[in-house]
Amino acid sequence: MTEHLMINGRETAFRSGQTILEVAMANQIPIPTICYLKGTAPSGRCGICVVEIDGLNELVLSCSTIADSSMKIKTESKRVIKERKTIIAKFLSSGNHNCAIAGLSGQEWSDFQLKVSQADSAQDLCPAWGDCRLQDLAYQYQVEADSCKPDRISDSPELRMELKMELKNPLIVRDFSRCIMCGRCVQACNEVQVNLAINLDESLYKIVTKGDKALIDSNCVFCGECVQACPVGALVEKKSRYIWRPWKTEKIRTTCPYCGVGCQQLLHVQDEKIVKITGVEDAEPNKGRLCVKGRFGYDFIYSKERLDTPLIKEKDGFREASWDKALDLVADKFTKIIEKHGPDALAGVSCARSINEDSYQMQKLFRAVFKTNNIDHCART
Amino acid sequence: MTEAHPVAATFLKNAVAKGAKLIVVDPRRHKLVDFADLHVPIKVGSDIAFLNALMQVLITENLYDKQFVEMHTQGFDELKKKVMKYPPERAAKISGISADMIIKTARLLASVKPAMLCYTLGITEHTCGRNNVVSTANLQMLLGNMGVECGGVNPLRGQNNVQGACDMGALPNVFPGYQPVINPEARAKFEKAWNVENLPDKNGLMIPQMMDGLVNGSVKGFYIFGENLANTEPDIKKVEHELASAKFLVCQDIFMTETTRFADVVFPAAAWSENNGTFTNSERRVNRVRTASPAPGAAKPNWWIFKQIAKRMGHSWDSDSGREIWDNEISPLAPALFGIKYKRIEKDGLQWPCPTQDHPGTGFMHKDGQFTQGLGLFTAVDWTPPAEVPDQKYPFVLSTGRRLTHYHTRTQTGRCEGFNDILGEETADISFADAKKMGIRQGEMIKVSSRRGEVLVKANITSEVPQGLVWMAFHFREACANWLTNPAFDPFTLTAEYKACAVRIDK
Repeated sequence: MTEHLMINGRETAFRSGQTILEVAMANQIPIPTICYLKGTAPSGRCGICVVEIDGLNELVLSCSTIADSSMKIKTESKRVIKERKTIIAKFLSSGNHNCAIAGLSGQEWSDFQLKVSQADSAQDLCPAWGDCRLQDLAYQYQVEADSCKPDRISDSPELRMELKMELKNPLIVRDFSRCIMCGRCVQACNEVQVNLAINLDESLYKIVTKGDKALIDSNCVFCGECVQACPVGALVEKKSRYIWRPWKTEKIRTTCPYCGVGCQQLLHVQDEKIVKITGVEDAEPNKGRLCVKGRFGYDFIYSKERLDTPLIKEKDGFREASWDKALDLVADKFTKIIEKHGPDALAGVSCARSINEDSYQMQKLFRAVFKTNNIDHCART
Repeated sequence: MTEAHPVAATFLKNAVAKGAKLIVVDPRRHKLVDFADLHVPIKVGSDIAFLNALMQVLITENLYDKQFVEMHTQGFDELKKKVMKYPPERAAKISGISADMIIKTARLLASVKPAMLCYTLGITEHTCGRNNVVSTANLQMLLGNMGVECGGVNPLRGQNNVQGACDMGALPNVFPGYQPVINPEARAKFEKAWNVENLPDKNGLMIPQMMDGLVNGSVKGFYIFGENLANTEPDIKKVEHELASAKFLVCQDIFMTETTRFADVVFPAAAWSENNGTFTNSERRVNRVRTASPAPGAAKPNWWIFKQIAKRMGHSWDSDSGREIWDNEISPLAPALFGIKYKRIEKDGLQWPCPTQDHPGTGFMHKDGQFTQGLGLFTAVDWTPPAEVPDQKYPFVLSTGRRLTHYHTRTQTGRCEGFNDILGEETADISFADAKKMGIRQGEMIKVSSRRGEVLVKANITSEVPQGLVWMAFHFREACANWLTNPAFDPFTLTAEYKACAVRIDK
């Protein structure tokens, strides 16, 4: 049933049962979120989505408050903005988020980066730079880094595994120093992919596998859904780290080349090279999800072992040949076989991994040119 | 499913979290079983006995959908006669589960509507594969689970474009869009479209027949596009003998493989992200594939290579891009794809049948019980055992499949950074009971042999595998299961029995 409520002085339609955040999203009214992960139960952990409702003393979380027609909501009131700034400052101070934002003195930033670099053995900016929800919000709400007192980082009581990283895993780097404990990765793992590999450990202030082991030693299946869900730089793709930079990439939508599910992917392409893959949110059929192969199995494309020239076998092995020579040879051999033994002396196997257009062309070659139906592929094997 | 179709499995797990019932019928107690209401660990190759017994219970206890059967099917009487010969007690003996479990499964199935049946190669890769498939359809028609969303028989396709390769007519009996080559009207249509005469009028050879032809000399020229047959076909020794017998072999691939060793000419092809084109997934959804980076060196799109050969043999083809091939040839020639054009699938793909350009595509088949041929046909079939069953000399059953981290013969995933770190070698998965009996330790090298070959492989002792079963994949050449598998084929489909052969284990 459609009802109406007031948001920022405007009458806004909603369906009963929707949360305030859902109503706002449906009506293109921006409310910032960090921990909210579509399709999962709202955890309310981050608090950034607070809004003010007329007549209520307390601000409410828009992600977990059901809309009501009596509500008059303000999404950017002074109180709301003040609360959001406090939350952002708290997150900035909770770990390694000192991404050279305004107001920070050079000295402190350098010290900080040096520490990070030592732990990371890298000299680069945070791998999530430019694609960080927290960084975006710090800019948007002009939270000065001064307010997060960088000297607190070393003695922050919450930050027991300060600057610690888990570099031993293939494919995924976990950087606990940048984790803000929003819990999105945990929801991605447990509620979206249902792989049940990680959990929030409040006492350790850490995302943990069973027994707090490294991912490679746990029951993690490396689908990387947690990486896609991470709003900061705490979980990053090992292959993309320090290479992928969002302002340099073009995103190209395509279809995964592995199993028959047909997941929709975004290829992040930089200098004509895929440097990262993410799932296309809301796309059919995978709704943003990928598996280990879909997310990380792309770099065979750039293997030095790729065939890059036609080859013709001679007595002592393969010899490189021009296209003309190789194509002439094949056309000539096939023509002679057909002349001597008939078209059914030729047979071919097409490829179930390649595009439709290739299979169409191959069966057309066999039927229309060779005049045989001896064309098959591995559907039966 | 969590290993071979991991993303599809996530939606299944989500449904379970929302209260859906899940029955897993599988000899192995794999991960999905953790989410199941019922795990039915039938013996490898006993599917039809089990399915017939389920139908026997449904009919005997009057739990089937009489209205659907009466209105939308034919052949019920023959089916009933057949399945009555499979009372649960008889099937229980064949399937290695209790009669009670069969009855319980039947009742659970009848209690939920609609129910969706998904299967993969565990059904098809048997000498009775076609009959297995028919049996799953019998069951779903009997339950009235056809022609509705979230019902039906859903084969999850193994490769990204195995559906598409079939749709395109890369099969010996049909043109694109499943138009039979033996049909004169279909031939006339394609003769006109392709501007040729005398298209061949009899069905061609299937892969196993081609391979035989290489040895007996009837096939002189063989063209393999993007397949690593030397590792993927059953009985590698036999396959390699066949490939070595080829008089003239052309391979077209992106890497040298175990198969290209036998080639006379190798064409270098553009890979997945170097092409503009389409894949068709398990849901019959035609999705776009786009170029991200150029192919290395002189490597060329596959369609271009075929076109060049045609040109040298006197045929000039107009289409000069993936888009032109689809929009100007495939779509106009295949009625079910007629409404699908590149411009319509810039974002989400469309599911065929999609007969017109304003058709929204078809999410599920046989709506309102209207089957393609009219009435749904029950086909009564008997259970038959696998071609090779355990005996004294080879007392174990070997079954094969894929593991999550690698894909097929690892030509691609083996060259992706990090993947070999997660899974670096093949194992033979065996049960705790057998390991104990034979004194095998976790990780110990064992010899697994069949009548066709042997491999040395690490033992992986796991509760996933029941006693008497060995389970292996075909990702690693050295310990590839296909050194052992049996080249026995389903008589209709010539699909090999990868899922069952007899092996022995030696320390």
